Amino acid sequence: MSKVIYMDNNATTRVAPEVFEEMRPYFCDFYGNPSSMHTFGGQVGKKVDEARQRVAKLINADPEEIIFTSCGTESDSTAIFSALQSNPEKRHIVTTRVEHPAVKNLSENLDYLTGHKHKVTQLPVDEEGMLDLQQYRESLSDDTAIVSVMWANNETGVIFPIAEMAAIAKKRGILFHTDAVQAVGKVPIDVKKVEVDFLSISGHKLHAPKGTGVLYVRKGTPFAPFLIGGHQEHGRRGGTENVTAIIGLGKACELAGQHMNKENNSVRLLRDKLEAGLLATVPNAMRNGHKTERLPNTANISFEYVEGEAILLHLDRFGICASSGSACTSGSLEPSHVLRAMGVPFTAAHGSIRFSMSVYNTEDEVDYILEKLPPIIANLREMSPFWEDRDKIGGGGSCGSCGSGR
Amino acid sequence: MWEYTDKVKEHFLNPRNVGEIADADGVGEVGSLSCGDALKFSFKLGADGRIADAKFKTFGCASAIAASSALTIMVIGLTLEEALQITNEDIADFLGGLPKEKMHCSVLGREALEAAIANYRGVALPMAEGEVVCECFGVTDIEVKRAILESDLHTVEDVTNFTKAGGGCGKCHDRIKVLLYEAREEKVPQPIPMSGPKRMTTIQKIKKIEEVLEREIRPALKMDGGDIELIDVDGDFVIVSLRGSCSSCAKSQTTLKEYVEKKLREQVLDSLVVEEGK
Repeated sequence: MSKVIYMDNNATTRVAPEVFEEMRPYFCDFYGNPSSMHTFGGQVGKKVDEARQRVAKLINADPEEIIFTSCGTESDSTAIFSALQSNPEKRHIVTTRVEHPAVKNLSENLDYLTGHKHKVTQLPVDEEGMLDLQQYRESLSDDTAIVSVMWANNETGVIFPIAEMAAIAKKRGILFHTDAVQAVGKVPIDVKKVEVDFLSISGHKLHAPKGTGVLYVRKGTPFAPFLIGGHQEHGRRGGTENVTAIIGLGKACELAGQHMNKENNSVRLLRDKLEAGLLATVPNAMRNGHKTERLPNTANISFEYVEGEAILLHLDRFGICASSGSACTSGSLEPSHVLRAMGVPFTAAHGSIRFSMSVYNTEDEVDYILEKLPPIIANLREMSPFWEDRDKIGGGGSCGSCGSGR
Repeated sequence: MWEYTDKVKEHFLNPRNVGEIADADGVGEVGSLSCGDALKFSFKLGADGRIADAKFKTFGCASAIAASSALTIMVIGLTLEEALQITNEDIADFLGGLPKEKMHCSVLGREALEAAIANYRGVALPMAEGEVVCECFGVTDIEVKRAILESDLHTVEDVTNFTKAGGGCGKCHDRIKVLLYEAREEKVPQPIPMSGPKRMTTIQKIKKIEEVLEREIRPALKMDGGDIELIDVDGDFVIVSLRGSCSSCAKSQTTLKEYVEKKLREQVLDSLVVEEGK
């Protein structure tokens, strides 16, 4: 493959060259353990502290509120288990139907994992992927140990009103966690203004390497560690630090702060151009997710009557990398839980494609996709038994099971 | 990313015989939009009774399109009897194999072929007459059993890969397990009656133990003039005292271990240890 057009940045991102340069000396030259007493290790410890300050600055936190972890999933698990441990008498958690599996699968298996019965409320979303705040308010009870709601959705980019939701929880004395893995670095976040108790970050979503994450824990929030071992991270997360990746993450956060304007202006313009172009040239195509309450880099578009994996493999021939919410791409047999929660009709859910951009994408790349994708859709529709009869089929049913159609 | 063979990729990128035959002799449609894959297969017979032309239209992933393309090539030139001999395994083999999660695409091809031939002959497909096992994907017991036998399936996961049954809500997994036993003519294992959950609290244990003692064990011991009393439950240790003729019986230890403990393990918790406290 000669040319790669990478538009799958919600899956993972390129390590920024500046990030790599920052990390480079800490593999073979400065390989000391930051916990060591000698200067050789201590100088690495200083570098880890610098990274902590850089991460803190991006979300306007204090450095002591930053705990380095191995990934976003570990951060999510740590926050939720910590809240349950510090509120042992409370057995209810509130989350949403569109959470990332790191929160969704965890909350659905709490009974088995903790040995205690828990009640889980999964808030529904409307057809634009938005939550109903009144319903959220009513879901909270004296038994609620923690609310865990993502800042931005990985599939659609839809942004939830975290500031308002966290304030509502705070007023009732309920802990609030947000999985901000997709939001940090793409939209401005200020934890001095948004009253979350826990916030998860994943390094590889913002041009740092894979295998590093952060859990922000507000000062004064009761905390119980998830990984128990040495005194690293002030006893809040055992295990020797992934030093090079942490240093890289620090640099990536610094860059993200510098690129925030570009991300929200030029990246947004590119995204809008791609989205508008595809919706204008391809018939029976629709946007999934709220038009404005959305990350600047994400476009999720459904092409009715065609299947996502087939589209992706055709795009792959041109070096274009994207992803799909279709059943076939996941290995499961049902389309994405996010699109199903939004009530996207089956005619469209199987044919959804997500393009997620970064500051490294160019207008030429967008033009190239606008040139290549419409004929691919037309070609697959030509082959689809439903395309000609589309007027008779209608919406295909949003919530019915597929058994009846067989 | 799926590991597709070169042949699958080639048939996906350059599918043969796409379209519909206007004056087809037989047309078969299987799958649906909501299921994520669907195939419309049509054929035309020649004067010699052999399939002269076959075409397909497919909505689905790369392997569904490749399997459809392969099917049309395989059937052209065959008599209907010969065509009916084609199994889903044959379609997968033609393509150099399919990832196991994608085997249902080859099953879809064979089903469409059968539906088209049934349409030509004006008969109903036996498949449709079965009892629906998987409501999510509308799969009948006949389809599941056939896949089990034809492709030598052993687990629920296998059945899901080949037929999609069980790939949705998962409610039919137990039913599929029974079908696996039935199709393979193995005895369905009887669930142990009243077997409690793996984790039981002490009170739950005591209640269940009392229940079993009362209902089964005491009446049996009483027939021999004996009796039993529950003294304590400490973790998995059940402390009992034998009364009446049991207390002086030489075989009392055997009774305790071979009968009382066995019964309690069967019906309460299989980790229980029964001991005599005097």
